[in-house]
Amino acid sequence: MQLINKNLYGDYGDKEQAGGSNDGAKHNTASEWPLWEVFIRSKAGLDHKHAGSLHAADAEMAIENARDVYTRRMEGVSIWVVESRYIHASDPGESASMYEPANDKIYRHPTFYDLPDELKHM
Amino acid sequence: MTVHSFQEHFDEKIDNEVSIEPRDWMPDDYRKTLIRQISQHAHSEIVGMLPEGNWITRAPSLRRKAVLLAKVQDEGGHGLYLYSAAETLGITRDEMIEQLHSGKAKYSSIFNYPTLTWADMGAIGWLVDGAAIMNQVPLCRTSYGPYARAMVRVCKEESFHQRQGFEIMMTLANGTDVQKKLAQDALNRWWWPSIMMFGPPDDDSPNTAQSMRWRIKRFTNDELRQKFIDVTVEQAKLIGLTVPDPDLKWNEETGHYDYGKINWDEFWNVVKGNGPCNKERLETRRKAWEEGKWVRDAALAYAEKRKARKEKATLAA
Amino acid sequence: MTNQPINESINQLLYALELADNALIIGHRISEWCGHGPVLEQDIALTNTALDHLGQARSFYQFAANIFNALPADQKANFFSSPVLQNKIAAGENIDEDDLAYLRDGWDFRNVLLVEQPNKDWAFTVIRSFFYDVYNFYFYTELQKSKVAELAAIAEKSLKEVTYHLRWSSEWVIRLGDGTEESHERMQTAVNERWAFTGELFQMSEADKVMLAEGIGIDLNAIKPLWQQRVAEVLQEATITMPASTWMQEGGKEGRHSEHLGYILAELQFMQRAYPNMEW
Repeated sequence: MQLINKNLYGDYGDKEQAGGSNDGAKHNTASEWPLWEVFIRSKAGLDHKHAGSLHAADAEMAIENARDVYTRRMEGVSIWVVESRYIHASDPGESASMYEPANDKIYRHPTFYDLPDELKHM
Repeated sequence: MTVHSFQEHFDEKIDNEVSIEPRDWMPDDYRKTLIRQISQHAHSEIVGMLPEGNWITRAPSLRRKAVLLAKVQDEGGHGLYLYSAAETLGITRDEMIEQLHSGKAKYSSIFNYPTLTWADMGAIGWLVDGAAIMNQVPLCRTSYGPYARAMVRVCKEESFHQRQGFEIMMTLANGTDVQKKLAQDALNRWWWPSIMMFGPPDDDSPNTAQSMRWRIKRFTNDELRQKFIDVTVEQAKLIGLTVPDPDLKWNEETGHYDYGKINWDEFWNVVKGNGPCNKERLETRRKAWEEGKWVRDAALAYAEKRKARKEKATLAA
Repeated sequence: MTNQPINESINQLLYALELADNALIIGHRISEWCGHGPVLEQDIALTNTALDHLGQARSFYQFAANIFNALPADQKANFFSSPVLQNKIAAGENIDEDDLAYLRDGWDFRNVLLVEQPNKDWAFTVIRSFFYDVYNFYFYTELQKSKVAELAAIAEKSLKEVTYHLRWSSEWVIRLGDGTEESHERMQTAVNERWAFTGELFQMSEADKVMLAEGIGIDLNAIKPLWQQRVAEVLQEATITMPASTWMQEGGKEGRHSEHLGYILAELQFMQRAYPNMEW
């Protein structure tokens, strides 16, 4: 696992490591407000869901900006923000070993079990 | 995996309409093309706030004022969603803004035309947003995940933009003589720039094939342009306005409208910076950015100070 | 308008216009930022605020128009000095929110001078909002208790918006005051220059006094110390010195404005003036 670094890709960073690296020193982004990821609960009882990202100087401002940017049409009742650089993500290059082993565990799903149609409420 | 197999894996995903996500391997050219396309799109939203923003303080009724404010604000929001999508590709928003201000990055030429009367608010909503929506709806299924998700949000919000524009035009077209004249005048001025918004004709658009292959473009410029003309001509008829193209004619055979020759010379000149408002638009954006610098710096300085104070307090406790 | 006692409807009307005009004019000023903000997120945030103020203005204008339309004809004829509006009234037409916003001249506008002052820079904009937001916060809190149900309802809805405005402007006062050397200086200048417009917020107009006596309006003298306390707290946190000056500019609530209002109205009312009597 590694931290996502959104600053280093393609012709704007290392061509070799499309997966990103943590060397942000090459870029003059010192005066830019940090990037935050926004998660919004659309109504009570539901999970917070990723809505998008934005820039803010601090966490309080990030929540307010999220309110002003992402809930203008009554999209939310609760907001989470986290600075993007603190998000850890799995490596897509390892997705075969990470996710495919679940493919043959079909007995984890209720439809795996053959039961008589007459059986109700199960 | 070798580079070759990365490429194969990527192609396979594209062919099977599987989304490409930020940390997936992608060809450099795909990344570059996307950054260019998404940032241009974002810049267009931001510069696009200006011609309509002109009329916020002059809107003829409080209801229209509220709608226009909300609409121009939405464009800012759309710019923000798109900048965020581009940022997942490894460019920062500040870098993109620098590219806009230096003239390196382009934005939609339509916003280099002036808004001279209130009717232009109608024409922009109806024609410019109409053309934009035609471009954008297919992009909701574009191959790059963050771009597609941004476009879904944009399209959802855009749906009121075109309607409010058409409502303004309809009100004018049904109004007094001078209001009809305002509406027709606006249509006359915005029609050709609007159909140029779809970009150069297909045989003069060298990148289209590759972009279609990558699913970052889903229809050609001419296909979209034709679709827009077919739909919009009927809408103009509905409110009794005349599309300013003497060669416009329904073609039974093709089932489409034939249209007159587009002045591509004008198009390329406006792209190159010779449009009526290119300089004002960029100057306005630069001014806002430069005059905002001390504000952005102050917010950052304060956030750092506060963080340091908090840490000190924790240490002391 | 003379200083003679006038009936309750007229005072209610004038009271509603004070509130509506404040909201319209500050909303107008804030909307001038749309597309020109220092950073995209704040451009969007500020436009939300402009929309809130505009919404409040519309609610109060609609309330005012209803009161006006119910007045006897002789009261209505010369109530407003604008000929366009007088002709409309002489023709027996009812007036609406747009007539009130678009057809009155400056001397019939009753907003405080503070809200019509130019945006200048982010610090001036923030401090104008802050002074007004603190006032509005306490004002609407009290107005919720108004005997007139419509006013109480508008106050209740507006208070939610104003609570957020106050949070936003307080934070920015602190951020700029305690940010960089430059931002501190700019904020201090803005506070010093706008201070003279804060006294008028608490000046009781004739309509204010009558409405207070009727249990419809609120006592501005009662919210003044609350305002002073909150302002002092925030300015202190912002490391900003509170101006010592007590000389205040007044006149807006009686229709005597600064030069700025004329330009605002020239822009705001242009369409209705150039193309009168049309639907938009």
